[in-house]
Amino acid sequence: MTRAVPILLLFVVLFSCQKDNDDNASNVSISFNFMHHWDGTAVTNQDFNRIKFINENGEQLSIERLRYLISDVTLKNQNGEVLVIDDYNLVDVTNSENLTFSPEALIPTGVYSNISFTFGFKNEKNSDGAYPDLNSASWNVPQMLGGGYHYMQFDGKFLNSTNTEQGFNYHAIRAVDDPGDNPVFPQDTFIIVNLGPVTITDTPVFNIEMNIAEWFKNPNTWDLNMYNQMLMPNSTAQIMMFENGQHAFNLKTIEQ
Amino acid sequence: MKKRLTYYSLIFACIFWTCSNEVVERYTPTPVALEIPALFEDRILNPILPVDNPQTAEGIALGKKLFFDPILSGDNTQACADCHAPQNAFSDADRFSEGIDGSIGRRNSMPLFNLAWNYEEKFFWDGRVFSLEHQAFQPVTDPTEMKNTWANVILKLQQHPQYPGLFQQAFGNVTIDSTLVTKAIAQFERTLISSNSKFDEFLLGRSDLSPAEQRGFNVFMDENKGDCFHCHGSDNNPLWTDNQFHNNGLDATFTDLGLGKFTGDPSDNGKFKTPSLRNLAFTAPYMHDGRFATLEEVIHHYSEGLKPSPTIDPLMKKVAQGGVRLTEQDKSDLKAFLLSLSDYDFINNPDFNDQ
Repeated sequence: MTRAVPILLLFVVLFSCQKDNDDNASNVSISFNFMHHWDGTAVTNQDFNRIKFINENGEQLSIERLRYLISDVTLKNQNGEVLVIDDYNLVDVTNSENLTFSPEALIPTGVYSNISFTFGFKNEKNSDGAYPDLNSASWNVPQMLGGGYHYMQFDGKFLNSTNTEQGFNYHAIRAVDDPGDNPVFPQDTFIIVNLGPVTITDTPVFNIEMNIAEWFKNPNTWDLNMYNQMLMPNSTAQIMMFENGQHAFNLKTIEQ
Repeated sequence: MKKRLTYYSLIFACIFWTCSNEVVERYTPTPVALEIPALFEDRILNPILPVDNPQTAEGIALGKKLFFDPILSGDNTQACADCHAPQNAFSDADRFSEGIDGSIGRRNSMPLFNLAWNYEEKFFWDGRVFSLEHQAFQPVTDPTEMKNTWANVILKLQQHPQYPGLFQQAFGNVTIDSTLVTKAIAQFERTLISSNSKFDEFLLGRSDLSPAEQRGFNVFMDENKGDCFHCHGSDNNPLWTDNQFHNNGLDATFTDLGLGKFTGDPSDNGKFKTPSLRNLAFTAPYMHDGRFATLEEVIHHYSEGLKPSPTIDPLMKKVAQGGVRLTEQDKSDLKAFLLSLSDYDFINNPDFNDQ
């Protein structure tokens, strides 16, 4: 009995310090890995800075800088209820940073008819200067083009029609006409990337692939000799990027 | 009973010993919060402040004294401030700085301000040093600069009538060493904040831009014209630099490899850190090697003077034509805007001068 007193005290201390896991038993964290390939051949920043890729139009090119924004991971359950994770992630392939995105929000386990994310920002969240981390990353779009943020910066060089290396800046933003004090927006160019139905049981990891070659391929065969630089104020180019980006991403696997 | 009493006494003694605070008198210098300007607070991430070198009044004062004191140099003739002069926004008006024995460096002295917002903490034109504290180590022993040894520096400081006391006030009862010297200098350097240019005032709604300055800002932000914002930031980034490394088309071949010499990666050859566009009125000459004496020359370079090379940044536009071919009006307006980023309060701030 006498020895039971300190033992009891020890148990009280231990139990009082233990983390209570019961409250969120049906909520789990989710994360996304972003991987990249060129028509099936894996691409990392180790493949950058060399002219080693050939696009659909037959142009040889290099990648020197690639970063893009994804936001608003959205889950739709079988009752049609929609859960939006109000968060974003700037994937920086150039520096191998933020290739994994783990939103802080927890998700209820269960069956979902679709999971999606937004490539770029939806218009209502594309507020000029609103995000200090993106401002610090010089990710802004000039106000004369409507402000807000880039969706993607994809820079490199290609061999042009005179077989000379020339830079290209495949920068995706919200398409805009009439740059200046009163720009107009011909159509939305953020992309909703649907990944399909998913059953979430335990801390899923979604492995997302981007086929970089798709940006030059489908449905618009991209001619780098025609569209290479100063594409941000070019709404025709922006709409073509939007169309080609529809098929750039896919869900490779889910680990859970 | 006695055995039981001993048993419980031991338990309680253990509890008290583990819970009690150690009552030891420790000297603590006076903490000082970095004054973050409103625009910085609103628009960009917080500054980088190392946990092992907090800002203190005594540390900053010591760092300032060391910064302006030639005691760090081999022959007591050269202070940090000789090549980082306050009136030049802590840069050097000479293209290349002269060391204590007349040696000439090969790069222009970098201006010093807003250093705590260099998020990746890569310092020097070639980014070869991580952290402000480590940066301060190099000029002291560089044979083309102060040409000293740290052993000699420490000996002089220890024998100095004032420094031992100042180090005690800044860091407590410790032995002076090179780490403490660089910590103090870094604390002072972090206080060198420039945030009060005419353009800052404009963004805060306290001032108007002239028509030329406004047109120049539009040239700066227009991808079809200056397209300066991709590397130098925008009105949403008051640093006016991305603190990244680019080859901006200065040379077709390189005598100075820049970042490439440090990383060993040929694709980094010819890349140098993007300098801030703040305080250009005071920081001539320009570029890593000070090759351009005037802003007109700088603007001409981007407009007509680009030279192709394997590592030229793809953000450089129309390289085959030499650049973006600005009109004379655009060039003049761009210069007017760039000068609106100069902060006269900064260079005249008595806290930053040797007074």
